[in-house]
Amino acid sequence: MDDLLNEFIAETREMLEALSGGLVAWEAAPDDRARLDEIFRFVHTVKGNSGFFDLPRIKALSHAAEDALAAVRDGKRRPDHALVSAVLAIIDRISELAEQLETGESAGSEDDTSLIEALAEQAPGPETRAAAGTSVPVARGASRTIRLPVELLDRMMSGVSDLVLARNELARQLRETGAGGDVSACFERVSGSIADLRDAVTRTRMQRVDNLFAPLPRMVRDLAAETHKQVSLVVDGGDVELDREMIEMLRDPLTHIIRNAIDHGIEPPDDRQASGKKPAGTLAVCARQAGNQILIEIRDDGRGIDCEKLVAKAVSSGVMRADRAARLRTEEQAALIFEPGLSTAATVTSLSGRGVGMDVVRANIERVGGLIDVASALGEGTTLTLRVPLTLTIIPALTVGAAGQAFAIPRSAIEEIVRARSQAVRMETVGGAAIATIRGRRTPVLFLRQLIGGDAPDEGADQTLIVLKLAGGRIYALAVDEVHDHEELVVKPASPAIMTAGLYAGTTLADNGRPLLLLDPSALAARAILSLDEEEKEESSGAGEARGATARGLETLLFRTLDGGRRMVALGAVERIDEAEARQIACTAGRLRVTLDDRILPLEGCETIPDTPKVKLLRLTDGRSEIAYALDEVLDIVTLSAPMRPAKQAGPVAGVALVNSEQVELLDVHWLFAHRHDIAAGDAAGAPVCLLVGADPFLDTILRPVIESAGYRVLREGDAGAEAAATVIGLAEDSATAPLLPASARIVRLRARPEPLGADDDSIHRYDRDAILKALAGPARGRRRK
Amino acid sequence: MAELLLIVRLAGERVALPASDVESVVEIDHVVPAPGTPLHVAGLAALRSRVLTVIDCPAALGFAPGGAPHRDAVVAVIDGHPYALMVENVEDVVEGDADPVPLPVRTAPLWRRVAKGMVAAGGELLLLIDVPALVAGPASEAA
Repeated sequence: MDDLLNEFIAETREMLEALSGGLVAWEAAPDDRARLDEIFRFVHTVKGNSGFFDLPRIKALSHAAEDALAAVRDGKRRPDHALVSAVLAIIDRISELAEQLETGESAGSEDDTSLIEALAEQAPGPETRAAAGTSVPVARGASRTIRLPVELLDRMMSGVSDLVLARNELARQLRETGAGGDVSACFERVSGSIADLRDAVTRTRMQRVDNLFAPLPRMVRDLAAETHKQVSLVVDGGDVELDREMIEMLRDPLTHIIRNAIDHGIEPPDDRQASGKKPAGTLAVCARQAGNQILIEIRDDGRGIDCEKLVAKAVSSGVMRADRAARLRTEEQAALIFEPGLSTAATVTSLSGRGVGMDVVRANIERVGGLIDVASALGEGTTLTLRVPLTLTIIPALTVGAAGQAFAIPRSAIEEIVRARSQAVRMETVGGAAIATIRGRRTPVLFLRQLIGGDAPDEGADQTLIVLKLAGGRIYALAVDEVHDHEELVVKPASPAIMTAGLYAGTTLADNGRPLLLLDPSALAARAILSLDEEEKEESSGAGEARGATARGLETLLFRTLDGGRRMVALGAVERIDEAEARQIACTAGRLRVTLDDRILPLEGCETIPDTPKVKLLRLTDGRSEIAYALDEVLDIVTLSAPMRPAKQAGPVAGVALVNSEQVELLDVHWLFAHRHDIAAGDAAGAPVCLLVGADPFLDTILRPVIESAGYRVLREGDAGAEAAATVIGLAEDSATAPLLPASARIVRLRARPEPLGADDDSIHRYDRDAILKALAGPARGRRRK
Repeated sequence: MAELLLIVRLAGERVALPASDVESVVEIDHVVPAPGTPLHVAGLAALRSRVLTVIDCPAALGFAPGGAPHRDAVVAVIDGHPYALMVENVEDVVEGDADPVPLPVRTAPLWRRVAKGMVAAGGELLLLIDVPALVAGPASEAA
């Protein structure tokens, strides 16, 4: 908290320094609107910060000044000399109090109320200025922190980079000329110091977003208490690293946004319950890196922005003419919150409201080259997205080689690295597209050689697959010729000419001093999908395959697969969502099956028995039979509005479509059912039927439970459906079975004695359980009886 | 006082660059290609701790890419990004005899896009090059 307080003091002082000229100018021309706004923002910011730090005197002063200035801004009051003097006196007092905070002296017993009273409209004028004029500059105490201009850090950074390059050059020359032991030892020391220095300088500029997020829980708690609301805060992505300057620039906007979200967005618990929401509102703050930008998203599930009210306010306050306002699109309406002097808040609170804030927020974000977007649904909540560039970022990266050139890949995107020739990997080419199956998981393969305009590598060339993970959990493998090294790289934005390639996220210098291009994994994937599109068009013009039809407006269930990917399935095909224990799942007859409600269903969605005690299942139906599909969790129901890109080859995935700008695979339910041959035709129950033939009590008392527990429906002669049974178990010694047998059935004959009855006997010993079950499920071991 | 000019030879012609657009003149010894970029981007080069985007000037004008072993390059910073313009020869920095004037005639088509005017220097008339237009390359016209 001390750090933050120091920040506050330093910031207040900076603002005062910047403002001092403006104060005098405002005194000379009280009608100057720009000056007024500037001073208003200052007191507003101070008010907000002092509320956060629990500084009641500063808060009371700034709140009073803000009230008076707001009246002037709204045109309710003329800025006369008395008011100007009173405001200036308050600003002087705030400055004194800030100094006292820093030097640690007691804030004294000076009376603030006279200053505040001086703001009142009929206050007698001239004396108030004198009250403030008595302040004497206080000696500042020694500070343990200093503020440096970022340009200086930039210069240090580039100086250190030069130093590193010079060191590397020197190292090369020392190796070539073969320097003696003393020189080498000395060089090692220099080298080590340079590495430390580089590390330190690098750290001076980089901070984890955690630094920005750390004060949030306390702030949210306090704000919620103050507004009598319940708010639960979810913070994610704190390990994203961001330029220190950027973090400083984001601190105020983020504070403002969160204040607004709690004060105006999230409703009181009673209101929330009345509209069917949980009493506690959720405020989610998350940061992530997307290409060469950092995205910070602040999402609340509050009442949302009332766009109609906002537009009406904009028109009535003269921000916008009525005819223009009528033509605004929904997004543009919500974006009016960024206009100065607009707010839909009905009441003014000490937290926020009065429309200051959001215009300041936007100004601050744009100053760092960022963008701010707002999306809101009335009654459902508001999402603000900040996008800021990643100007100077150190990222851990993997350097790889393709066609003789080195490239860097951000390590954060890499899931694993495997050799294409290793045993765990199977590489196949399907219709020109390469697919790798890595330990049972299929991923599309892109060849870096091809992406950079070269030829595909030779068949059997030793490629290394870098499995890359995209936002949304989708993965693909990038095949490269070689993997060089892990390096920490300072990434700089690439020039527009380089960015047009659509492959790169930035440029950087490798440790050997050579420029290096940083690949952008999501751009690479987007390019590959694009080329797939084009090829698909050519193919479909000839074949006219219905599978390529777009699933416009299709309702789908979005879920997470067991391997963490996101897929969806047509909602109509889902009968229900079930849960099974792992022991209900077995690998029988060459595939996974699950026993549900005394029936056996083929199990898709996993290749091995999941190692969790319980598994969630989707039960898919085509109206006659069912398939179970294992999944991790159900995420959402979405209506597909974007056209689906069909898969290149028929398989469990019909294609890919955009869901919230992420690529999600759509299951091909038709394919799943078409490839389950073992679902007996006409068997609505799904479970295979086994007919037991014979009078021996062994069949009913001993054998039947075994067969049933393996998931079969057991029938006896004369039961309905017996003649359609696919499998028949009879006793080899019992000659009475023959006449009753369906012609098409697979016959399994059991014998009572362990040893075969004759040379060509294909019967199975009746206590050889494994052999019996195998014979039932797999292709018949025994020859069919004619 | 008239503008300072950097006289260079590019695409077989002596031309003038405004010295105010030029940061330095360097020798580039290693260019790393940048696959997928426009034809006039020769690649990247390191200049101390900075990464320069290397522009092949003949290709940027629309001629066939130079690719010649000229290593003289003019460094210019445009919109915060440093570029190295590969030229055939860097002659000298001179003071123009007078302020640049608009061209009285139409230049050859490929030069027109980058022509800022003409300027007299040392008793000779030279084409004055618009450096940002040169860096943007031929494709920018279609856009």
